[in-house]
Order: sequence, then C-alpha cells, then structure tokens
Amino acid sequence: MVGVGGQGAILTAKVLVAGLMQAGYDVKMSEVHGMSQRGGSVSTQVHWGDKVYSPVIGPGAADIVVAFEKMEAVRYANFLKPGGVAVINDYEMPSSTVAAGLCQYPQGCLEAMQSHFKCYTLNAAQIALDLGSAKCMNIVLFGAMTRALHMDDIDWESVIRDTVPPKFLELNLKAFRAGRDAAQ
Amino acid sequence: MERHLLSGNEAIARGAYEAGAKVCSAYPGTPSTEVFENLAQYRDDLYCEWAPNEKVATEVAYGASIGGVRSLCAMKHVGVNVAADPIFTATYNGVGKGFVIVSADDPGMHSSQNEQDNRYYAKFAKMAMVEPSDSQECLDFMKEAYRISEEFDLPVLFRTTTRVAHSKSLVTFGEREEQPVIPYQRRTEKFVSSPAAAYLHHPELEEKLRRLEAYGRTCPLNRMEMKGSKVGVITASIAYQYAKDVFPEDTSFLKLGLTYPLPMDLIREFASQVEKLYVVEELEPFMEEQIRSAGIPCQGKELIGNLYELNPQLLRERLFGIKPETVDVGVEAVSRPPALCPGCPHRGFFYTMSKNKNFVIAGDIGCYTLGSAAPLNAMDSCVCMGGGFSVAMGLAKAFEATGQTEKKVFGVVGDSTFFHSGMTGAAEIVYNKGHMIPVVLDNSITGMTGHQDNPGSGYTLQGDVAEAIRIEDVLRSYGYENIFIVDPQDLTAMQKAVDDALASTVPAAIIARRPCLLIKRIHHDTGLCVVDKDKCIGCKKCLKVGCPAVMIQDGKSHIDPTQCVGCTVCAQVCPVGAITRKEN
Repeated sequence: MVGVGGQGAILTAKVLVAGLMQAGYDVKMSEVHGMSQRGGSVSTQVHWGDKVYSPVIGPGAADIVVAFEKMEAVRYANFLKPGGVAVINDYEMPSSTVAAGLCQYPQGCLEAMQSHFKCYTLNAAQIALDLGSAKCMNIVLFGAMTRALHMDDIDWESVIRDTVPPKFLELNLKAFRAGRDAAQ
Repeated sequence: MERHLLSGNEAIARGAYEAGAKVCSAYPGTPSTEVFENLAQYRDDLYCEWAPNEKVATEVAYGASIGGVRSLCAMKHVGVNVAADPIFTATYNGVGKGFVIVSADDPGMHSSQNEQDNRYYAKFAKMAMVEPSDSQECLDFMKEAYRISEEFDLPVLFRTTTRVAHSKSLVTFGEREEQPVIPYQRRTEKFVSSPAAAYLHHPELEEKLRRLEAYGRTCPLNRMEMKGSKVGVITASIAYQYAKDVFPEDTSFLKLGLTYPLPMDLIREFASQVEKLYVVEELEPFMEEQIRSAGIPCQGKELIGNLYELNPQLLRERLFGIKPETVDVGVEAVSRPPALCPGCPHRGFFYTMSKNKNFVIAGDIGCYTLGSAAPLNAMDSCVCMGGGFSVAMGLAKAFEATGQTEKKVFGVVGDSTFFHSGMTGAAEIVYNKGHMIPVVLDNSITGMTGHQDNPGSGYTLQGDVAEAIRIEDVLRSYGYENIFIVDPQDLTAMQKAVDDALASTVPAAIIARRPCLLIKRIHHDTGLCVVDKDKCIGCKKCLKVGCPAVMIQDGKSHIDPTQCVGCTVCAQVCPVGAITRKEN
C-alpha cells in the first residue's frame, strides 16, 4: 500500500492483516515511521502465506499494489510482478516540489499503469466525500482491494466491525461496500 | 494460544515487562521510540520515563541496575554515541541486576543522519550483544538478555534495525515474572570506577567475555538448521529472514542471536559441515571479519556490499546474479520529499531567515531540519542533536577570526533538543562571547519522533503532570539579558525579533514559540485561507513559504482546502492582499 504520509495506509493495512490472521495465515507487515511521514511518499508492505520469513519485499515481487494517490502508483510500479494487479485511487496530490513550481506533476499516470497491469481504478476521494467524510477514503480503497484480491472466504465486513471504533462503523461499512462496487 | 500482531518495538516492551523490568529510561528516536510508548501501559508494574537525552537515560537505567532491579534503556543508533560514556565504564564495572540497552539501527537511513552499524559498540565497549530477527524473538530474547546480563555480570546491547523494530509479526505472550528484591549493599570496589578499580576490572572483563563466548556454543539464541552439506549460511537479525527467502531448501543455516562475542567454536563446527560458507549480514562485515580472522574461509560482503538496507530481491541479485523482472511503465514520478506541515510554526521562522543572504544558520535534528529544503533553503548545516548551537558558535568564531563581519550567525535547536544537549551549547555561547544568536524553536513537543513529552512540555511518559521547565528561565540564568519570545507565525513580529536580537549590545536569544498543530491535547484555532482570484496577480510570492497546501493553478495562487489550516503565513507575504482567512 503506497501513498502520501497521513492518508491512512497503515490503518488500512491493519484491517487487511486482521482478516488474514482470522483466515489462519502467517502474516508480516512492514512500515516506516519518522521523517517520511511529514507529507512524504510512504509505503506499507503486507506479506502473507503459510510461512513468511521476510517482512519486506524488493522490486518485482508484489502481487498487488494499492495506491492511495496516482503518482505514487507510478513510483512503486516497479515493485509489481509483471502481470500484477494495481488498485489505484484516481486522486492527485501535488508534492511540495510541484506546489513550489519546481517541477510538473506527471501526466498519464493512470493510462501508463493500465497499459501494463490489471488495474482497478476508482475515485475514492470523491466516493468518500459523497458518503460524508473524506476520512473514510482509505476504507473505500480497502473495499476495492478486497474485490481485487478475490479472497471471498474472508468475511471482511466482520473484520471491519472488529477493528474500527463503533462511532465510525456505519460510515466505514458504507465506504467498504462503495469501494467494492466501484471496483467492479 | 492467542497470537498478537506486534511490531518488534511493541514486543520488546512486552518482553521487558514479562522479564520483570522495574526501572526504564529512554530518549525517543526513530526507530526505537515505540518501545517506551508501549512500556507506559505497564505503569502499575514498572517505572518508565523519557529522559532529557540518551546519556541520562543510560545512567538512570544503570543506576537502577546498581540499585538491584532489572532496568532498560532504549535509543536510536546515534543515541548510543551520546550514551557511550557511561556504557564504556558500565562494562568494566559490571551490573547489579540485569541491564539491557536497546539500540535501534537505521540501515537505509529512513529517518536518520547516518547508517552507523552499532554492532561495533558491543566489540568496542566489550559487552554482550543480542540480535532478534522478528517480533517473537524480540520478546523471548529480552528475557534471555536479562539472564545473560546477570549470569555474566555484563550490560547487554539489544540491537535491532528498522525492519526488526517496525515490522509486525505474530507473537505469543507469556506471564510477567517478578524478580526477587535484593537488599541494597554498598559495593565500592565494584561501582566506584577509580583507576585502581578499573585496572582490576579490565582482566575480569576479558574473562567474562571468554566465558560468554564459550556459553554461545549452547546458548538457545544460537541455533543450527542443518539441511544439507553443500551450502551453509551464517546470519543474524533481519538478514536471516531475507536469506531464508533467497537460499534453496537444502541450505544449512547457523542462525545467531547472541552475536557478541561470536561463538567461534560453534561457527568452526558449522563451517566444517558445509562445502561453501556464506556470511549474510546488513551493513558492515562485522561477523565476516571476525570469522575470517579466525581462519575460516567464507564469502559475504564482496558480493553483498555494505550500503543501505537489504531485501530478498536485492540479496538474490547480489549473491546469484538473478535480477528481479520489473516493468517500466514509462511515466516517472517526481520526488515527494517530506515537508513542514501546513500550519507548522517553524515555517514563519525559516521564511524570515530565507530573506537575508548574509544569514548563516546552523540547524539541528528534528522536524525543523526541513527548513533546509526548497524553497526555504534556510540552513547551512545540521550535524547532530544539540549541534545547532555549538556548530553555530564555531561558524561565528571563524567569521570573527577572518573579518567576515557581514555574516550573521544563528544557531537553531528545538525545545526537546534544547533540553537534550542544547543547554551546554547555550552556556558555551554566552560564556565564551559568541557573536551569534541562539534560537529555540519551541513547539512544546518532541515532534519528528511522533510527539513525546519533554521537560518543557509539562507531562511525563506515564501521563502525569509535571512542572514544565521554562526555556527562558534557563537562558536568563546563564546570562542572556535580552530574550525575545515571539510567535513565529506573526511574520512582522518574527522579523522584529530577529532585528532586535541582532541589534542587541548584550547577550540575546530568541524563543520562537507556538505549539505544534498536531498536539491533540491543545485546542488549535484553525481556519481556512482562500485566494481572491481577481486580486491575485500570479507573482508566486506565496510559493516562497514552502507550504504543501499552496500551489499555482492556471497562473493564479490556489490553496488546497483539504490541507490548509488557516495559519495565514502565505496571506502575510501576499503583496496585494489576495489571500484572506475564513473562520471555521
């Protein structure tokens, strides 16, 4: 899961991991804290199977990438295996270098990804806003990801029930379903 | 048995708790911080605190060990440099009850100024070293580390790396075992490290290390996984996990957990059972050099290299020349470096600094290191914690000695850094008459590491209220007669404070004070700035403040409403008043 510091990728990874644990997988998850969180590019890796050794993977080893921002999809595209799957938020966040006019936000990120990988593209930011809160964008993407993963033996809705605070449960369930539908 | 998904740091905290640790002291630093953030939940059973710096933390923990309780300190790799002084003598003296020092190294420099390999500290200071490779080992090895510390009368360096500290894996808990209380007795010959005592301690220390090396042969932290006789791999820490992914099934492993002193007999035995021997380790050839110098042929660093962190794909490529197959999508992402957050109080100070080309600014470690980035570009150096003041002093003396009087020198530290090691620099500047201005950027929290309290914040790690130490009181007591306390978000006031400090004929200092917007216990007066597109002349002056929320769209200024918090710094620099703040 890749994105920009503060977008909620770590929380999303936690929901994923809770489901994988319920399904009996060995799971490892890797994240980086500190300086990169201040609006920088961030990635969280989740690795699961019968027995997992390394918590991190290098280029060419990921089965699926979930990009919370579309330029970040391109940045981490080399981590995907050829023929891999990408779930991409059609959402643009200019970096500080772009905002300062030092460089241009790249054009054609989505098209580039779509011509090389099986892509599920959705505007999770807009879907979240329509549901009433930009903050549930990460769960919208999570819904899309569960569609792309084809792991339908896991009851993801019950995992969400167990992991998000009751106050936000209804919103998050709606977000999850909207994300799943958008990834059709 | 219930399994928990824990980071290495969470598991270390759990391990120390289960091992019966009683007194724990640390200074926050990525990637070590969460050890103590998680220890705080056990406050009914142990005492834990944030100390002003790593040296203090180490001394507190060592003192507690002398006092007869299991103790812990934790720090990032460069923190051990600060704590080196007490560590190098604690090894000579030995311990009271078990004493464990967590060093979290940062290969790849995710959040650090270097990637020093702290395993050399174990060899240099002559202490035991334990290296876990996943979260379960973080918990289990902690208990063994205390046992080793007590049996061999040595401090134990518990060395992790970012990927051990911050990766999460499944962990099974045990129970806390309270340690029996040892009635305190004065032991002058052991704990007063006079030259005469140290003279006797050194040979004793060498003997302890010999015994520990022999123990390494049967130590449960070291294990052989014999699968075949063709290839053997000696490895430890996170490199073990990478190597398991990379080498074929029939590869034998000697997986080490007690890595100093290295169990050379065990290594020799393992080496004799395989045809080809690899040593797989991240960063420096710490194990390989020792194994080679014991006359055991092996291969490692000449293939793997000593730069940055490894991963399985990289290791496979370096060892076997197998490149991962990747796709080039033909579009390149532009860099997305970290930046000062929208509404960050440091922005107003660095913007003010950026306007004068004769200002020379020695920075320091923290969020405010980002003042060096474009477009602010307002920093000349950043070396280490506390260095902001004293490096600035050196710059000022150099300019003074060479007649470059047009240069105006500022030394910049944060509030936590001020208490860490800025105070000594502040004394240096005023006492030795530095022609420079020390500046404390006081955002009332230790920011970059994720909001830990410090002696200026008024709270302790265990959540109790404490009397905050006032930075201005400290500076005044040192002899700073003019102390300008200013809200850096008010650019006019900030500029005036700088001008007044430079004009002062008596020692002057600046405290730029505004709390970090991310502090949850404070109510922040946020709003939203908007651009009147009809008034905007597209001059791009607002871009000079380096705010991620401010950008140009269709030739005019645009403020992203999802990021803006209404700090008005951009509005204050707009020459035509096109930016105004709407109240929330």
